[in-house]
Amino acid sequence: MAGNAVQLENVFKSYYRGRLEIPVLRNISLAIPEGEFQGLMGPSGSGKTTLLNLIAGIDRPSQGKVVVCGEDIGKLSESALARWRSRHIGFVFQFYNLMPVLSAFENVELPLLLTKLSGSERKKQVETALSIVGLSDRMSHYPNQLSGGQEQRVAIARALVTDPDLILADEPTGDLDKQSAEDVLTLLSRLNKEFKKTIVMVTHDPRAAEKAQSMKHLDKGELQAA
Amino acid sequence: MKILKLIFKNSRRHLLRTFLTIVGVAIAVTAFCVIRSAIDAWYLGSQAASPNRLITRNAISLTFNIPLAYKEKILKVPGVVDVSYATYFGGVYIDPSNFFVKFAVDHTNYFKMYPEYVIKPEEWEAFSRERNAVIVGRGLADRFGWEIGEQINLVGDIYPGDWNFVIRGIYTGAKENTDEQTWFYRFDYHDERLRDVSPVRAGQVGSFVVQIDDPGQAAPISSAIDKLFVNSLAETKTETEEAFMLSFVAMSSQLILGMRIISYLILGVVLLVLANTMAMAARERIKEYALIKTLGFRTPHIVGLILGESIFIAMVGGVVGILLGLGVLPLLETALVAFLPKIPLTTLTISLALLASLLVGLIAAAFPTFKAVKTRIVDGLRAME
Repeated sequence: MAGNAVQLENVFKSYYRGRLEIPVLRNISLAIPEGEFQGLMGPSGSGKTTLLNLIAGIDRPSQGKVVVCGEDIGKLSESALARWRSRHIGFVFQFYNLMPVLSAFENVELPLLLTKLSGSERKKQVETALSIVGLSDRMSHYPNQLSGGQEQRVAIARALVTDPDLILADEPTGDLDKQSAEDVLTLLSRLNKEFKKTIVMVTHDPRAAEKAQSMKHLDKGELQAA
Repeated sequence: MKILKLIFKNSRRHLLRTFLTIVGVAIAVTAFCVIRSAIDAWYLGSQAASPNRLITRNAISLTFNIPLAYKEKILKVPGVVDVSYATYFGGVYIDPSNFFVKFAVDHTNYFKMYPEYVIKPEEWEAFSRERNAVIVGRGLADRFGWEIGEQINLVGDIYPGDWNFVIRGIYTGAKENTDEQTWFYRFDYHDERLRDVSPVRAGQVGSFVVQIDDPGQAAPISSAIDKLFVNSLAETKTETEEAFMLSFVAMSSQLILGMRIISYLILGVVLLVLANTMAMAARERIKEYALIKTLGFRTPHIVGLILGESIFIAMVGGVVGILLGLGVLPLLETALVAFLPKIPLTTLTISLALLASLLVGLIAAAFPTFKAVKTRIVDGLRAME
């Protein structure tokens, strides 16, 4: 039986504005099994993105334990955490965040530059990732030559090109029209079902939420009972 | 795709801004090269000096002459091999703007003591035969289009009157740094005129050139020469030719110091220009740095991206600046030929210009790099929303 891809135990997260403590997450305990397509919903300011950032290892909890892909990431140094992210995490942002000076191919290739793969091996993987997202014919296009939906698909290809254990998507359809959003959701769903990727998706969109196998709700930094 | 390619692509993102920054660096490096080369040109004469030659002149000032009769006494000083002499003429050729240096010299041995002036034997013989003969440098002859046999008239100022000369020889420099802009005529012709028009000024020379057998004995020989004329009407000051040439440079020491300061100030200004460009670039890309950190890129990668771009821009500017300098210096040399006959762009200056460009690139990127590295990923990502 598969274990948990994500395990959070009594996680608190606060930000400080001067000396004023602003609690964002309160006592979050959460387990996401491997292979799950987990949705996270909640109103603005409820702490969804902060929770996703903690799981991705790009932010650290004020208190509590975060175990992702079997690693207690709170114990890793910044440098080790960066290496860990490059191996285990694929991140999809709401606004795609492609490098404007790089082509679709080069954007997808970016995470592979941290690996020891040869140029031809990288090329093969990039082409595979772009074919999965249906953009084999757009490899040499730059972000400003792509539609929003295509940009997001390039971003998804970038997230999966290293074959990560976990894909984290922060409002992946938030900036897309209905059809493009549907395409992206279908793609994420396919990655989960066909490629057995564990996906954690933050969303406001009820239609997006329908694609997730399970849904958790956050409100004022606390997980709501199902 | 490699990191270098990303650096190159980043530098082309704001093409106009990058271009203007490169132009700024290039102009500054050109100015740096030109100023340093001009300073080097000042010292060129002293570098060409021979350690075997001493110069004896009036202890009060170069503007006062000393008796020609001193020659025989100097010759008797142990260690002295030969003595020649020269007198600065001044004078105007057609127009005061046509300035060049003119010396009346002892035609019997002056050129033997200066083997760096290469003269054809037949021209040397012609110079020896004719009292108003002149030998000029190749550069000077080219500057005025003179040829052998050409009659030249000068109007004297230090030594008034019309002076008629004929060019009988054109010397070339044996070394790269040998001056080819000087006019030499015969002292006997000079002295003969003075005996007629101003007898009290005759029999006087500007300085003696003293050839010695051992450069290591320059100090005691100089001292011995000067002791000969203590308490005379024209006491002497003897020093090595190099020290003599450097005394001219010392007259301009404040100017040279000023030029040196300006050359470094220029680099300071361009440092600010590049630092501003890099600060703008890093601020605009703070979200991209957050993104690539999210992907797993670490501090050395971020440092490499920003430093790499800064150094790339600075070095391109530096190389363009040096090439511009190579183009500008010959023009400057032509314009200043009478004062600084050669303005060399030395390997040292080129190396310093490249090193300065590298340092400017490094320093300009320091703050943006520090800021990009220190910005937390979540703060950087928030900046894009």
